[in-house]
Amino acid sequence: MSNVLLEAKGITMQFGGLKAVDSVQFQIQKGQLAGLIGPNGAGKTTVFNMLTGVYQPTHGEVFLEGESLKGLKPFEICHRGMARTFQNIRLFKNLSVMDNVLIATHQHTDYGLLDTLLQTKKFRDQEKAMHDKARHLLEIFHLENKANEEASCLPYGEQRKLEIVRALATDPKIILLDEPAAGMNHSETHHLMETIAKIREEFKLTVLLIEHDMKLVMGICENIFVLDHGVKIEEGPAAKIQNSPKVIEAYLGPEVDA
Amino acid sequence: MKAFKNPLIALLAMGALALALEFGFNAFFQLMAMFILVNCLMSMSLNLVNGYTGQFSLGHAGFMAVGAYAAAYGSSHVHIFPEPFLMGNYVITTLLAGALAAFAGLLVGLPSLRLKGDYLAIVTLGFGEIVRVALLNMDFLGGPRGYSGIPSYGNFISGFLFASFWVLLCFFTIWRLMGSSHGRGFLSVREDEIAAEAMGINTTRMKVKAFVLSSFFAGVAGAIFAHITSYISPSSFTFLQSVNAVIMVVLGGMGSMTGSLVAAVIVTILPEALRPLQDLTGIDLRMVIYSLALILMMILRPKGLFGAMEFGDVWRKYVKRSS
Repeated sequence: MSNVLLEAKGITMQFGGLKAVDSVQFQIQKGQLAGLIGPNGAGKTTVFNMLTGVYQPTHGEVFLEGESLKGLKPFEICHRGMARTFQNIRLFKNLSVMDNVLIATHQHTDYGLLDTLLQTKKFRDQEKAMHDKARHLLEIFHLENKANEEASCLPYGEQRKLEIVRALATDPKIILLDEPAAGMNHSETHHLMETIAKIREEFKLTVLLIEHDMKLVMGICENIFVLDHGVKIEEGPAAKIQNSPKVIEAYLGPEVDA
Repeated sequence: MKAFKNPLIALLAMGALALALEFGFNAFFQLMAMFILVNCLMSMSLNLVNGYTGQFSLGHAGFMAVGAYAAAYGSSHVHIFPEPFLMGNYVITTLLAGALAAFAGLLVGLPSLRLKGDYLAIVTLGFGEIVRVALLNMDFLGGPRGYSGIPSYGNFISGFLFASFWVLLCFFTIWRLMGSSHGRGFLSVREDEIAAEAMGINTTRMKVKAFVLSSFFAGVAGAIFAHITSYISPSSFTFLQSVNAVIMVVLGGMGSMTGSLVAAVIVTILPEALRPLQDLTGIDLRMVIYSLALILMMILRPKGLFGAMEFGDVWRKYVKRSS
């Protein structure tokens, strides 16, 4: 039994004449904390969108626990255990913090219209279980006092946190974080690093994150993939990435002989 | 039994209202009361789609027409229960009317709910017109002459209670739904479809669910309308009827049940209440004032009378705080 949780096999995304991502290949081991980095416009978010089913890859396939995700809709992929956050926060803005989390637990309920209408025991039990779980998650992230507030009223950092809570509420095996530290200051980023490490322990999660904050990526990621112009140019632990001439070239431009 | 406490209280209140209307008011007011109930059904059911699920449907009159004609035809032909129990027949035909409208909702919804915003509005508008034109050409339903001789509910009280029952059923169905995971699913579709999908919500299914349920109650509204007026024709279900339903939802507040109910009362009564003005001035200013009122309303309270608040929220926010 292999230990690979998520595998991308030559995934390519073509938008008309533009190849945003060109046959990218990678594997993520169970329990690993992996990072995806690259200069602006390298195609990182496009990779995320392909993994989660928002885009169907033009070529290639994604495998979760050895099963192909080809043709599956985003919600089906979510049911199989892949959750994500968004680069530009996409909370349910006008709903309460609690509702935001509860919505993510929808897939674990199976009561029907009649149960709802008559408020049967099944309905009450499942609702209680959902609420307990949501409250527990909010407590971990110290958001329980804001459960009844509108999501759009939260400060920026807490909105980012809520996105992570919401993703966790789907009971994922792997969570994809799209720039979780974007717009955060130094101490907030530091705090976030600790949180990511903590949830990974507690929920036995595999994590893949996109990040521009090199300190965060180098600090916590065990395996890093570097993307440039839609092509994977390097892969390995932080030390290897930092000294790779290809990566340095991608970020700083080629060396010029004086 | 706790689950039935509030619905029972509400039904008793409607019973008291029926008695008051029967003995305190003339036939005109009684008819207005019936139309208010029909409009309540229309606005609440449309609110489920337009307000809570955030899909802009403009063909609600189409579903009402399907229900109305189904009930008219059914009640003229179904005679299962004998004389004193005629209500039994109406229960069956109304359920049938709702089911048929719901089926129409499913047929329209499945392909068209993949569309968004304006496109969905155009498709549903088209559906409403198709139903109307189809009815014009169906001879066994009277065609342009309309369908007459639909049996009525007999007396006011039984009709009022029958309609009230459906209004309450609609209210509590949507109310409880919105307090459940299904309802939160509807809201998530309105808020952000991509995020909802990523959180494991089957958004297409959610939309179809809301659409079908909404169509069901629109069909019921049509059935009750048919029995009140005893005569329906395709011109009872024009585009204007659909717009009227949208006005009620927007006026009351998208995603507020209280708003839908209040708006249904206002929209039904306002044109009639302005009638004395016409006698006074000699010119028909009703529609001018009515539309001015709507324009003012949208400028002053763009989110509708209640926004997304319910009566309970308003009570807590304004009344309790000041005391």
